[in-house]
Amino acid sequence: MRTSLFLALQSVQHSATSPASPEARAIAHLFWWLLAVGATIWLLVTAIAIWSAFARRGTPGEDGLMHVSAATHSGMERVVIAATAVTAVILMGFLVFDFSVGRALAAFPAQSLTVDVTGHQWWWEVNYEDPNPSLSVKTANEIHVPVGEPVQFKLASHDVIHSFWVPNMNGKRDLIPGYRSSIWFRADTPGVYRGQCAEFCGLQHAHMAFLVVAQTRPEFTKWLLQQRTGGAVPTDSLAVAGQQVFLSGTCALCHTIAGTPAHGTVGPDLTHLASRRELAAGTAPNTRGYLGGWIVNPQSMKPGTLMPANPLQPGQLQALVAYLETLK
Amino acid sequence: MSAGETPRDRALVPAADAPLPARATLSDDVLAAEHERLNALWSDGSGFWAWLTTVDHKSIAKRYIVTAFLMFLAGGLEAGAMRLQLSHPQAGLLGPDRYNQIFTTHGTTMMFLFAVPMMTAMGLYFVPLLVGARNVAFPRLNAFGYWCYLVGVVFLYVSLPLNMGPDAGWFAYVPLSGPEFSPGHRVDVWAQLVTFTEIAGLVAAVNIIATTFKLRAPGMSLNRLPVFVWTELVVSFMIVFALPAVALGSTFMLGMDRTVSTQFFNPAEGGDALLWQHIFWFFGHPEVYIIFLPGMGMITEIVEAFARRKVFGYTAIVLANITTGFFAFGLWVHHMFATPIPELGQSLFTAASMVIAIPTGVQIFCWIATLWAGRPRFTTALLFVMGFFFTFINGGVTGVMLASVAFDKQVHDTFFVVAHLHYVLLGGAVTPLFGAFYFWFPKVTGRMLSERLGKWHFWLFIIGVNVTFFPMHLLGLNGMPRRVYTYLRETGWGPLNAIASAGAVIIVAAVAVFLVNVFISYRRGEIAGNNPWNSYGLEWVTASPPPNYTFMYPVVVRSRHPLWETSVELPVLTGLSTERREVLVTTTMDARPDHRHNAPTASIWPLALAICMAVLWIGSIFSPYMVLWGLLISAPVLIMWSRQSMNIKSTELVQPPAGPIVEMVQA
Repeated sequence: MRTSLFLALQSVQHSATSPASPEARAIAHLFWWLLAVGATIWLLVTAIAIWSAFARRGTPGEDGLMHVSAATHSGMERVVIAATAVTAVILMGFLVFDFSVGRALAAFPAQSLTVDVTGHQWWWEVNYEDPNPSLSVKTANEIHVPVGEPVQFKLASHDVIHSFWVPNMNGKRDLIPGYRSSIWFRADTPGVYRGQCAEFCGLQHAHMAFLVVAQTRPEFTKWLLQQRTGGAVPTDSLAVAGQQVFLSGTCALCHTIAGTPAHGTVGPDLTHLASRRELAAGTAPNTRGYLGGWIVNPQSMKPGTLMPANPLQPGQLQALVAYLETLK
Repeated sequence: MSAGETPRDRALVPAADAPLPARATLSDDVLAAEHERLNALWSDGSGFWAWLTTVDHKSIAKRYIVTAFLMFLAGGLEAGAMRLQLSHPQAGLLGPDRYNQIFTTHGTTMMFLFAVPMMTAMGLYFVPLLVGARNVAFPRLNAFGYWCYLVGVVFLYVSLPLNMGPDAGWFAYVPLSGPEFSPGHRVDVWAQLVTFTEIAGLVAAVNIIATTFKLRAPGMSLNRLPVFVWTELVVSFMIVFALPAVALGSTFMLGMDRTVSTQFFNPAEGGDALLWQHIFWFFGHPEVYIIFLPGMGMITEIVEAFARRKVFGYTAIVLANITTGFFAFGLWVHHMFATPIPELGQSLFTAASMVIAIPTGVQIFCWIATLWAGRPRFTTALLFVMGFFFTFINGGVTGVMLASVAFDKQVHDTFFVVAHLHYVLLGGAVTPLFGAFYFWFPKVTGRMLSERLGKWHFWLFIIGVNVTFFPMHLLGLNGMPRRVYTYLRETGWGPLNAIASAGAVIIVAAVAVFLVNVFISYRRGEIAGNNPWNSYGLEWVTASPPPNYTFMYPVVVRSRHPLWETSVELPVLTGLSTERREVLVTTTMDARPDHRHNAPTASIWPLALAICMAVLWIGSIFSPYMVLWGLLISAPVLIMWSRQSMNIKSTELVQPPAGPIVEMVQA
């Protein structure tokens, strides 16, 4: 189970150079051009510098210094001016290219699915708002999007500055307290993509990742409908006991499970925890072992996380994990 | 004297065709006696007290350079610790708390305690030598600047082992660095450390500006200024305009938010979190050019000396440096492209960020032309210039790429930027700096650095830098953000990080070779003589190492390359007092002799005032009342300092000197 999940995570992509949306593709296209021209300039100028150092075109004068003829000197002037002009023209080309890509990215689609993303130290709150509040979906650290449709993300921060970045989809956008910002993309290749916080945000900046699951519209709708349901009602006795542990212990102070009295909002919504692929914002795969370890001693997996240790009896822990695993 | 002509107009620089008998007309006995008198007059004494009170720019700048280099080593060790931690996925060497302190201290050390102080210290040593002055314009202030800097160094490096090292990044973004998310004193240490480096930086800048404008050798008009002095001048003006921004931001606004609960940056109380970024980068971006431009100046000096010809396009190079200084203030928003700033505003900064590549390009083309039209000697110093081309141009190209908003939003705050900035700063500042060390070490110590070890140093360094930082471009494109203390194996970032860490080992070896070279050469290196490289500048006129008074007589300059103009000795002016410390003040544009000025002697008050500043600013992080106590104890020190300075006077020259060698008539 653990091995296969690791393999599954390995297939998760996070690269700016393998775009999965027209937006990232436009940036990658720009990048390859900048790179080709830039690398050429780098190697060419360095090569010319080295060649020039060996050219030895100066002739020693009476003063022991090197001189060139007046004609050569004015030739040098022409070459330097030409090189400067070429530099300016290339930069102008870059500028126009950049502006054209930037314009396309800045043009937000008129109609789009909107997802609210709020950054917390160190996890992502994700809300699919609906005019009908009962149809709104709350989740964390895993964003599902339908392929081929523009999705707009409205970004806000709960505490410090974070930055929302899915390299395969688009550039990044900061989440700054007191400011609203947004970014959009239109995934065109189904798959699971890794995103993460790109602005240093404290102790666990390294473990503030999330997944973007790009899926076909029917799959997405199915997922959304599933997420709209309340938390699964436990049936077997172990899970029932686990729910009691959840509700009577400290868990419910911080976490919500829809359909139960647990309405804490400090930590991620756990209504559909078992449907998510990873734990603690991309810190570990969502397996029974990691889940149990995380609950008992989160500080050992993610030192500094705001979740406290929960010294449960082995029986209680087993029951709690069994319950959480029913929350598909 | 004809009607309407003032005495000052008569203080002309000798004409180019004036006869050239110079010091040759002074007998050896006279010169020896003069040397004894002046050396005693300009000596600040020896012993511990003298060490505390000296105001000689050479002693102070040497200390500055050594301290800044120690900071380079400290910052390097921190980088080494980070590379060890990141060399493989989920390493357990450093936890996040320790890692964050270390990466913050690394950045803070390298920017505030190594790079800027090192570049200003090189200016404080060499600007007076290159312009033919005996000391900087404000020697006691100079001492005060160094002591303040040293307080900052000690403050940070005492705090770090006490687990009080700053941990919010060298940029200290609010709200993370604010009182709510960074309780305790770690960020206070950062904020007030910056205060000490600001004081030191501003003091150095004022000194370099005044020295350059008023203490130049007679005849060294501005268009004869060595390019290195030009870059130090431009950088000093940049410091004057840029550093107050961060002083405002860190010392006052952030400091007060943290200590007396002002709410400048707290959005919940009507403050603004983005404001900090504007203030910080308005300083932070020019800072990069403050570090980089002196490196450009050093390259021009080295290229001229070793291509064995006058630099091609002097005027273009000077104008390029000035232009860069201006444009550097119009780029700061390119650090903030991911913030919600309107796109139209961002475009302006994209354009400016691209345009600034042009003046840098002009300089590079001029150096290449100079090399082409010369017959270069491949000394270690010139090798470092060649290494600069390879390394810096890479960083410059990625810099232009990062100017693009669209592309920047992909790689901003990733390892791509880490690669870029290290290519620029190691390539554009540290590489020329090493070249300058090989070039000027003989002048400072009187002995040559070993060229054989130098070549090892060069190759190890250039290979190490490229092996370390090139893979980081790829890591950034593959999604690795900056400032992470670890990463999961599944990310696939392991192998490239392992290569980068291996490269860091090569850099350590390079720096070790350099240190060995310095230690051996300092004791046993070849004796340098006045002008081992046959270079052109005034620093090569005097002995190596320079005597206390540096120049026995003000040298008369009649071209941009004084030592290359004539095979005979340079003409000098005589007549400055040998009874008290006296320097010749010249006019700003044309460097005509203007005033005689008696220079200050050793003083303990600069150190005393720096200690008061330490009490004030370090105390302020524990109690705001310490600001009052600090001011209270500063008052008597300032009074004593002023009393001591009351006898320092400038006297206008009544009958100015004329001719290449003249006795200046006592005023």
